[in-house]
Amino acid sequence: MKLVTAVIKPHKWEDVREALETFGVTGMTVSEVSGYGRQKGHTEVYRGAEYDIALVPKIRIEIVVDDADVEDITGIVVKTAQTGRIGDGKVWVSPVETVVRVRTGERDGAAL
Amino acid sequence: MDYGYHAWMLVAASLVIMMTTPALALFYGGMSRSKSVLNMMMMSFGTMGIAAIIYVLWGWSMSFGPSDVGMLFANPFSLFGLDGVSGQDYIFVGFQLTFAVITAALISGAVADRMKFSAWMLFVPLWLTLSYFPIAHMVWGGGFLGTAENGLAALLFDGDPLPIDYAGGTVVHINAGVAGLVLAVMLGKRIGFLKEPMRPHNLTLTMIGAGLLWLGWYGFNVGSIVFGGSSPEADAEQFLSETSLVWLNTTVATAAAILGWLAVEKVRHGKATSLGAASGVVAGLVAITPACGALSPVGSIILGLVAGALCALAVGLKYRFGYDDALDVVGVHLVGGLVGTIGAGFLATSTGLFYGGGASQLVLQVLVALIAMLWSGVATVIVALIVKAVIGLRVDEEDEIDGIDFAEHGESAYEIGPGSARRTVMVGSASGSSGSSGSSGAPGSTTESKENEGANA
Repeated sequence: MKLVTAVIKPHKWEDVREALETFGVTGMTVSEVSGYGRQKGHTEVYRGAEYDIALVPKIRIEIVVDDADVEDITGIVVKTAQTGRIGDGKVWVSPVETVVRVRTGERDGAAL
Repeated sequence: MDYGYHAWMLVAASLVIMMTTPALALFYGGMSRSKSVLNMMMMSFGTMGIAAIIYVLWGWSMSFGPSDVGMLFANPFSLFGLDGVSGQDYIFVGFQLTFAVITAALISGAVADRMKFSAWMLFVPLWLTLSYFPIAHMVWGGGFLGTAENGLAALLFDGDPLPIDYAGGTVVHINAGVAGLVLAVMLGKRIGFLKEPMRPHNLTLTMIGAGLLWLGWYGFNVGSIVFGGSSPEADAEQFLSETSLVWLNTTVATAAAILGWLAVEKVRHGKATSLGAASGVVAGLVAITPACGALSPVGSIILGLVAGALCALAVGLKYRFGYDDALDVVGVHLVGGLVGTIGAGFLATSTGLFYGGGASQLVLQVLVALIAMLWSGVATVIVALIVKAVIGLRVDEEDEIDGIDFAEHGESAYEIGPGSARRTVMVGSASGSSGSSGSSGAPGSTTESKENEGANA
């Protein structure tokens, strides 16, 4: 099993969710996060005072998937979240040792 | 005067109450940081508490009482506790009370994030007594800066023209603006000023506050009519025409100031901001305050445009000169108050320079503004030194960094994230988890005993 984590632009979130559901992903964890990458932040002006806002809002999606689906799912996220402009985000994959479904106690493959 | 006027004054005074709580509290609270919003709002609420009381005790007597002292203030004890004031006049006391409250509360914007609440609560009554009540007396209560027979206008121009301050350009805004500047300098800069971002934490609150201030300002300006008193018919005629004019001038000057502020922003930074619109509203209202009874509607539009644009530039002064007037009491209230007070010298339809009235009105307006600034500045220094000696002005460095809300009030405005607060003290019965079952079986105690068993096992 693998954990797919994607950090994307907030306005792309609905598209990504739809595409993942169409593929058959049944659940995911989503959080509103902030951070920055190579784009750095942006500038805001309040009563003439310019502030460099280092952190920009992003959406983080986390999905635990079967090894077999990893390539498809990362591909879907990258394809739907892409605008081609700076700040599109990142997707990374990490190994997962064990998954347990809290309601039933099922483990691993059965718990996904 | 008749019932209609009396009823209007009841409404007008209540509208001005709204300007402090909640309007100013919201306007300032939204502009402050999330760790100090409650303290910011508490300075308005605290001012309401203390200022309203001292106004009844000696504020009215000192501003409008019968025993003048050197044309500077009136004896605070002659009408102490409103002794000798007729019941019918209480609403006029009330109306003026609301002005004292809002004026002191306006200063709080300059001292955001760092002033001890106890110091603020001592500063307010002392400042009102040494600065506000005397200036109110000088301008409106028969003193040196008003229409008195032996006042400044009489000395300089034989009483023609007379100074123009319809609803408090000098008494309220210049006064509060100077006090804000002095207090901000004496307190010192916030930790991190010019180094870390101190952007407004919730501009929606600020926009609501600005809107409510605008609404309340109709009470402030339109309620400030003073009757000629030559005959009941003349007073009735004056009431109808003057209230209409003041209402309209207040509206169009404010509208124009929004445009003036946004135009400056658009040119300088490329965007018209919501904070700019909210600030423009207040700048326009401040500027039209002294002038609203003396200008034509077109003159008011000009005044509003100038006020919006100049205040939009003036809020940058603190960065150039390095004083930390956190929420721009100087840039908006001092500069706006000066624009309105001096602008009346140009734009007053009866005596203004642009209307062929010569320069006397202008000279008078400038002098009155300067004297008010001087008085307010000196009085504020004295009061701040007293408070510093008695209580100390500023919170500890650590408290300021962690947030003044918790340090001074033991609260935080927002729960960020789920479950960040745990209840450690249970008040009343521990039946919270039993919901509305209403049974006396106390599931809470069952749980407790099970836990005890577990612990014993």
